Amino acid sequence: MEAFGLLMHGFAVLLTWKTLLLMMVGLVLGIFVGVLPGLGGPNGVAILLPLTFTMDPTSAIVMLSCIYWGALFGGAITSILFNIPGEAWSVATTFDGYPMAQQGKAAEALTAAFTSSFIGSLVAVLLITFLAPMISSFALKFGPPEFFAVYLLTFCSFVGLGREAKHKTVISMSLGLLLAGVGMDTVSGQLRMTFGSTDLLRGINFLVAVIGLFGISEILLTMEERLALRGHAAAISLRVVLSVWKDLPKYWVTLLRSSFIGCWLGITPGGAIAASFMGYNLAKRFSKDPDGFGKGRIEGVFAPETAAHASGTAALLPMLALGIPGSGTAAILLGGLMVWGLNPGPLLFVEHKDFVWGLIASMYLGNVVGLVLVLSTVPIFASILRVPFAAVAPMIVVSCAIGAYAIQNAMFDIWLMLGFGVVGYVFKKIGIPLAPFTLALVLGSRAEDAFRLSMIGSGGDMKVFWSNGLVGSISTLAIVLLFWPAIDKAFGGVTRLLRPAKTVS
Amino acid sequence: MSNTDIEIVVEDPTAPEADSPAVASTGVVEVVVSLLLLALALTLGWDNWRTGAAWDSTGPQAGYFPFYLSVILGAASLYGLATAFLSRKEASETFVTRAQLRRVMAVFVPTLLFCLATQFLGLYVASFLLIAAFMRMVGKIALWKSLLTAFVFTAVMFVTFDIAFDVIMPKGPLEAAFGY
Repeated sequence: MEAFGLLMHGFAVLLTWKTLLLMMVGLVLGIFVGVLPGLGGPNGVAILLPLTFTMDPTSAIVMLSCIYWGALFGGAITSILFNIPGEAWSVATTFDGYPMAQQGKAAEALTAAFTSSFIGSLVAVLLITFLAPMISSFALKFGPPEFFAVYLLTFCSFVGLGREAKHKTVISMSLGLLLAGVGMDTVSGQLRMTFGSTDLLRGINFLVAVIGLFGISEILLTMEERLALRGHAAAISLRVVLSVWKDLPKYWVTLLRSSFIGCWLGITPGGAIAASFMGYNLAKRFSKDPDGFGKGRIEGVFAPETAAHASGTAALLPMLALGIPGSGTAAILLGGLMVWGLNPGPLLFVEHKDFVWGLIASMYLGNVVGLVLVLSTVPIFASILRVPFAAVAPMIVVSCAIGAYAIQNAMFDIWLMLGFGVVGYVFKKIGIPLAPFTLALVLGSRAEDAFRLSMIGSGGDMKVFWSNGLVGSISTLAIVLLFWPAIDKAFGGVTRLLRPAKTVS
Repeated sequence: MSNTDIEIVVEDPTAPEADSPAVASTGVVEVVVSLLLLALALTLGWDNWRTGAAWDSTGPQAGYFPFYLSVILGAASLYGLATAFLSRKEASETFVTRAQLRRVMAVFVPTLLFCLATQFLGLYVASFLLIAAFMRMVGKIALWKSLLTAFVFTAVMFVTFDIAFDVIMPKGPLEAAFGY
């Protein structure tokens, strides 16, 4: 009940004309970046971050999170109307969404996508509302070893549970951690990895890296492909919306299951991509008509969209409660918080109540407003795709440069952004994942500080990470997750051995 | 489905040819990237060793944590190098075709020139030049449309960032002539 009271306080903080206007601006910008080829949620948030530098933290984070919700909604438009998934997690939506559009049911598919996105996000926000304060108050008891163990758990689970080749995730993560250490050492004040460069004294700002890695590299990748589009125009009428909503109770199991999968994979670093595919596959598996999937079933739109959005939203839970982002975009939002001098983690709930509950309230309100906005403006946003890419691409490049420069007012950062753009292009093409790099870059100095403080406290004895039940369990879990593929294989082998025996009996 | 349902059509006259020859295979690029990462790991490892990668009276020295990360990066890069050499599948995959590379360069080179121009002419003049030239030369869009779009976009950026949000961007001689 305490959470409910605080949430109401959050709504009171939020309900000002200025904040509501910023929310609308954020949503429109978000849908815009979601629809545009070569942009997406993380890029949009990173590029538009400088717009918020002069705002107070609550207004700024409300606008940024609304850009994120808008981008999530916008991605579904291109998936369904053009068969172009704007993000990897929208791939599963195209399986049934595009066939529905081909059958003249684009409006139904879009309504289903937006509504299920809303439901998925709502379930995740409810989880954040009630779980995040509990986790953060529990985490207040954490010392440096516990925090380092949690960071280790995050890093290890990325390596162990990620879909990419393990050594590539390790490369991405260690590179991110190394670059986070460039500049002045926060403990001793000594310079490291600067090689005499005055520009590197400031260190490598992770937002500059993100703008290059995601924004510039995405332009290069988009340009590489054929940019012809052929798709459907759609307008959503109230009649269609009401008819889809009337049928919603029929799919409650699918919606609930996908929400659960999404929340689980959002809190653990499984991610929205895994959630959307798992949601889709399970819906197909438990359906009475699995063969109908892929041919335009509305359930095939409900399942992945609910899971992806629940996951995207739930990724903010560990960010708020522990200061550990569950996704690339959450990492960028976390970077935003740091720009305004806020330190995400358990203390945030104690020291900045207005901010935290304003943000959580904005998640509810942003999703409601976003749903209404996107349902009523689909034709406008779909027509954005008519703008030639040759006009869009240089504008995105300029926006990226403005974003990179504004963070530290340094020309060097524009060059750095370009360098990271090339790195991102090559890494994406050879399958080195960028999310662990972003995460490591943002968490690197905190992880190092926690490690050094733990080591100083224990006199260099590594046993400190197994010194009590809590830290020991987290550290052990981290090791288990690191070697999860081998453990899974071993158990898979056991399962295989058991299966014939069961069949015989 | 009736044909009237299809209403949004955007053609791409400069689309890369499907049969364009490969410039590099994924395998070769993986080897090159692994070697570069290995070199980076060695350089950073050496620098951190020099800074101090051991313990002193106050605890771990400044280079301690990054030194061991350099070791991990080096080991993972070596593993990647070995895998790239052994993998036949990736060795045969195309990293980029000549037509694709031409298109990537059509974005990369102007972006590089834009960064250079920003340093000397300021961000807004460089932006105007990039957008107008890119639309005209790469997109083959009418000159007046290209110039107008570039001017409007640059003006909107200037008003938004420098005036409304007080985020000061690098200026050049043109802005100086107008007193900025």
